[in-house]
Amino acid sequence: MRFTLNGSSVNVAAHPMKRLLDVLREECGLTGTKEGCGEGECGACTVLVDDVLVVSCLVPFAQVEGAAVTTIEGLGGNHALQHHFMNEAGAQCGICTPGMIMVASTLPPDASLEEVRVALAGNLCRCTGYEAIYRAIQKAKGRDVILSDATDLHLPDA
Amino acid sequence: MPAVGTSVARKDGIGKATGATKYADDLTFPGMLHGRTIRSTIARGRVRSIRFDFDTRGFTIVDWRDIPAEGRNIVALVEYDQPFLVESEVRHLAEPIVLLAHEDREALLAANVVIEYDAEEPEYDPEHSTTILKSLAIDKGNVDAGLASADLVVEGTYRTGHQEHVYIETNGVIADPENGGIAVHGSIQCPFYVDKALRSLLGKEAYIRVVQTETGGGFGGKEEYPSMIAGHATLLALKANRAVKIVYDRTEDMIATTKRHPSIVRHRTGVMRDGTLVAMDIDITLDGGAYVTLSPVVLSRGGIHAAGPYRCANTRIRGRAMFTNTPPNGAFRGFGAPQTLFAVEAHMERVAEAVGMDPVSFREKNALVAGDTTATGQTLVADCSALDVLREAVRRSDFHRKRAEYAGTNKGIGLALFYHGAGFTGSGELRLASKAKLELTKSGVRILVSSTEIGQGTRTMHAQIVADALGIPYEQVDVAQPDTQRVPDSGPTVASRTCMVVGKILQRCAEEMKEKLGVLTPAEYFERYGKLEILKEHEPPAWIQWNDETYSGDAYATYAWGCDVAEVEIDRDTYEVRPLRLTAVQEIGKAIHPGLARGQIEGGTAQGLGFALLEKVVMRDGGMANASLTNYTIPTTLDTPAMDVVILENPYEDGPYGAKGLGELPVDGPAPAVINAIRHLAIDVREIPATPELVMSACALR
Repeated sequence: MRFTLNGSSVNVAAHPMKRLLDVLREECGLTGTKEGCGEGECGACTVLVDDVLVVSCLVPFAQVEGAAVTTIEGLGGNHALQHHFMNEAGAQCGICTPGMIMVASTLPPDASLEEVRVALAGNLCRCTGYEAIYRAIQKAKGRDVILSDATDLHLPDA
Repeated sequence: MPAVGTSVARKDGIGKATGATKYADDLTFPGMLHGRTIRSTIARGRVRSIRFDFDTRGFTIVDWRDIPAEGRNIVALVEYDQPFLVESEVRHLAEPIVLLAHEDREALLAANVVIEYDAEEPEYDPEHSTTILKSLAIDKGNVDAGLASADLVVEGTYRTGHQEHVYIETNGVIADPENGGIAVHGSIQCPFYVDKALRSLLGKEAYIRVVQTETGGGFGGKEEYPSMIAGHATLLALKANRAVKIVYDRTEDMIATTKRHPSIVRHRTGVMRDGTLVAMDIDITLDGGAYVTLSPVVLSRGGIHAAGPYRCANTRIRGRAMFTNTPPNGAFRGFGAPQTLFAVEAHMERVAEAVGMDPVSFREKNALVAGDTTATGQTLVADCSALDVLREAVRRSDFHRKRAEYAGTNKGIGLALFYHGAGFTGSGELRLASKAKLELTKSGVRILVSSTEIGQGTRTMHAQIVADALGIPYEQVDVAQPDTQRVPDSGPTVASRTCMVVGKILQRCAEEMKEKLGVLTPAEYFERYGKLEILKEHEPPAWIQWNDETYSGDAYATYAWGCDVAEVEIDRDTYEVRPLRLTAVQEIGKAIHPGLARGQIEGGTAQGLGFALLEKVVMRDGGMANASLTNYTIPTTLDTPAMDVVILENPYEDGPYGAKGLGELPVDGPAPAVINAIRHLAIDVREIPATPELVMSACALR
């Protein structure tokens, strides 16, 4: 079956009902897309299909015929979001990070904190309490201010 | 430029952000099979028969009889009671009985194994159970005399439920036959725990190598359980003579693996009219589940923290972990302390009320200060910061103004004062005798420790400490992957000890290496003289005196301190309580990496909020009935309020650059702060999670 994967046309043989998640990880060797729950709740397997965010654990392979699929690998290794997730400790254990970044990559540059929170509501992170993820996204959008007005680091002797 | 105290880029950051980092399930070995665990469907009884209702060709099938003669069917941990595989007796639902492996996952999942049982009557209630896994007694002064002398005695009972870790990466390992023995690669917090368990399974002389793969969260959930799954994969791999991968799906992970111990804590407190605490009588019951696992140690930490950060001359703490026919409960960030600190802080709110004091002045009056002794008789020194965190949290959150402003509205504000001992209890660190190693490389140095990176920032923080102690750039410090054939045993990655204890050993290694290098850089020395390795062992402070018999003395080398202020709003139609804002003031000695330290506080606080309000494990017939992320809810972005994090630094003299333990502290405070904010709404909830159902029944009782 033909589809476009991260900008290149590919032809992959797999059962049409196989989960897109498994096809990406096993047939295509792209393991950046993670499985967290297998039922569409955690968002770790989020990818783009024709520029629409989907949880790839709920998408049968047949559905992407002729479509354009973008995974975390499709962002390359030098995306502003990736750098800021590293620098702001937006990634701790890192297993939710690819999904978070895929969602963040679709946000408009002027997204407010509330819009970011709503956009990420389908992506679970157990490590960060989300604050560092907001900071990373905001930095990547070229703003230096911390999104949440309620966060401030106070180090008496720093 | 020094690395310590600055938020350098995480060593593992870019790999995680690009998706390049490989976790256990991302690895494939040549000829690899997939493994599956067949589990009990009853909570108590005996296996009568096992029938394989499928074509077994192409399958590897393992039961307890496949354990080699040199080995034992025992997951070696604190006690030697838990089998890798059921022989006959079933003690809990989802107990492993038979293992299957096949190269095709679909065929594996389709295989039907029929097990018949002789069922027996299970015990699910820890308060009715007659089997004690472990008990504990901590005594100071004379509680009966103290209670008799008090102006007022205030009583209360507090309950907490199971909590599931929900690391986003489920448990998973790959066992690969190697050197006539086994190599296990997996999502593991404590590689040497797995090594110990596999030595029990295969015999002391077996070749065993345990390699930690990048781990997608742990929080204690990958402390002891990986020993079980590693044993299973090992048995299948040795029988098939091929690599075998076992990765649990979310439901299996939730049903079969450990949870936070449910607790029932009873308080009887003697207090004078002026608010002085004169006696604390505390009784703790934990639900241990069907095997001992880590319950004795969880009970110990829970017991030691049970009197809270308060001065009280007469304290009696009794505790017990009870056997029930439920999957064993185990390590979870905080390790018993979140349960007992919830109880004492919810109770202190009510004691303050009973004597007509506001929550802040009552705590100011009784909070521990340097020179005071704890419940175990430990005299605190200058790094005690209870009053500092309390006052900063009150100031920062504008507590008094909001307390008045919210009164009579749908909003409430409450606080909790707490502390957390760092490292193993008492003489535990001495017995561990942890080691760490540094070796020169062509371009710098490499850290060799068994401490694992599970998201908290181990690699980065250790590298910062070594860089500064050696006086070289952070970028020149490399960190080896934990591999039991290569790194020394640095003790487990638990108990808020990885920075304070292992970081300190590394600092000493680096200081000695710096002397050896003299004026040369690591690269120059390596070029001229070749290899150089420094191995050092932990030296606990000489002043630590601990008596295991009487449970008294210096329980921990130091404590980190916290005060959380929760602001909540109740929906009077649905009884839902939502957190609006959380102020977390935490004193941690020294923030080696302020960004990571803040991440620990924010993440731990969110977990504590889930524990307080959302995360309810529904147990039915001895097993988790809501074992999915649809039905067991952890905080999403929309459930997590704005957080105001303040880090205070009051150095611990034996910590690296003054650092104390931080990992667990943040999860101790949110639940009592939330419950006390609900109390400010004039609603008396004494149990968590405070679900709408629970809040509604508390309102109905008024």
